[in-house]
Amino acid sequence: MKITAQTKQKIAFGFLGAAAVTVIVPVILIFVILIEKGLPALNWEFLSAMPRMGMRAGGIYPAIMGTLYLVLGTIAVALPLGVLAGIYLVEYARQNFMTRMIKVAIVNLAGVPSVVYGLFGLGLFVIFLKFGASILAGSLTLAIMILPVIITSTEEALSSVPRSFREASLALGVSKWQTIRYVVLPNALPGILTGTILGISRAAGETAPILFTVAAFYLPRLPGSVFDQCMALPYHLYVLSTQIPNVSTKLQYGTALVLVGLVFLLNIAATLVRSRIRSKKLW
Amino acid sequence: MRKVREWLIEKIILLNGFACILFVGLIFFFLAKDGLALFRTFSPAGFFLGTLWNPLAEPPQFGIVPLFLGSLWVTLGAALISVPLGIACAIFIGEIAPRWLREILKAGVELLAAIPSIVIGFIGITMLAPVIRNTFHLTTGLTAFTGSVALAFMAIPTIVSMMEDAITSVPRHYKEGSLALGATHWQTIYRVIVPAASSGIVASVMLGIGRVIGETMAVMMLTGNASVMPKSLLEPVRTMTATIAAEMGETVRGSEHYFSLFAVGLVLFAITFAINLVADMALHHKKK
Repeated sequence: MKITAQTKQKIAFGFLGAAAVTVIVPVILIFVILIEKGLPALNWEFLSAMPRMGMRAGGIYPAIMGTLYLVLGTIAVALPLGVLAGIYLVEYARQNFMTRMIKVAIVNLAGVPSVVYGLFGLGLFVIFLKFGASILAGSLTLAIMILPVIITSTEEALSSVPRSFREASLALGVSKWQTIRYVVLPNALPGILTGTILGISRAAGETAPILFTVAAFYLPRLPGSVFDQCMALPYHLYVLSTQIPNVSTKLQYGTALVLVGLVFLLNIAATLVRSRIRSKKLW
Repeated sequence: MRKVREWLIEKIILLNGFACILFVGLIFFFLAKDGLALFRTFSPAGFFLGTLWNPLAEPPQFGIVPLFLGSLWVTLGAALISVPLGIACAIFIGEIAPRWLREILKAGVELLAAIPSIVIGFIGITMLAPVIRNTFHLTTGLTAFTGSVALAFMAIPTIVSMMEDAITSVPRHYKEGSLALGATHWQTIYRVIVPAASSGIVASVMLGIGRVIGETMAVMMLTGNASVMPKSLLEPVRTMTATIAAEMGETVRGSEHYFSLFAVGLVLFAITFAINLVADMALHHKKK
């Protein structure tokens, strides 16, 4: 018996659908498990108290605050750098060898393993520039890591602003920079914001780059300055799940849930900003 | 006055544009500075061909081969799982799924991409490792295969989202032409759409593999960290990334061991650099 093309199609589509299910089911499973086992741990004390008894009890307040400090530091460095680099590529750069090199560099920055960023941060910021293991060194390392995300989204946002906007402004005698500053940037802002939030969410979840540059194993107080070490949520989860014996699973899942929740909220925010632009766009 | 300001701003923006090249250069320089320092006291042949990694032995051994093979095995395992799954999933999302299902699947894949690697590692230790230990009757669930499964799920979002872009950017009239000739939808997909999107597919697979090779935390938690020459996927191995992350804390700054970890970092950097270059060339090729 010969299998008809229609039957073949049904079989093939069945397999493709099964593949999609295989990909999606574990995602749902991960979230169900995290919520089911992590939610009972969440209460005000867990979020606002210092860890106690060698981190086997108490809260994760310094880790949450540490991650917030790191994220703020990262954005303070990466946002201006990335947006200006994006402006250069879209508004100023000519199609030449240098521009091609910059693009290759961005692609490669995006592909450098996170632990190599950690080594680089250790070599340049911690040792060579003598910042020590500090929030400053960690933020700078994370900033360079998320730079490609911000540059790429800035480029996309700027290119989607119609040419006629720039031409109208230039025709009125406005200078090039003023056109960018008052016409192009405001229209590209939501797109840049989306990329920035996605960059933040990546920086908040990364562990390897902060291992040698900032993360403190156990520091039951808040950092006093940017030259202090601090705890961070992803590293804290690593410590709880592999470095300390006999930690209650409730504490581990609670920490994992807070971390995923934070990253997840940032991603939802990015999606909301993105869908708002799509609905508000007038051109 | 205004001209001066314009000129100044333009130069500042120009500097920022070149910052990326500077950073890639700096990363290479600082890895090479400390990485190459290893070869003042340890022979390059011993590093690149040595089959033993034991920094605590007397004399210490820094053979990268077991670590490289560890990375290779885990990566191959992850690629075997993630490439077919990712490609199938992307075709399903891009061509077959009805609109409502497509949005749900895309959201799910984006969600997967957002989960930090440390959380994947944690779930892997608590949920996946026991399952693998019991299924294959092993003494430990922390094996190269465990790492491969977890890493496959970290590579899938990269593969799916890039491949879906490649599929949807195939011109509409290719598909319509094929359907008009009487081909079924499935024949159109694998005879017309997939070949037309092939360079994008190659790039997506390369970038997915690049992500897997560089992955650190999940791999360190799941592969069992035994720096031996790997013999089977169901044994503990140790990857290059995990070695750096696990051992850097114990080293003395400026010691041979410290330099050796930078040398491993340099090798990793070179590998991912090459992969990304090839992927970028594949994408560029498509545009021409």
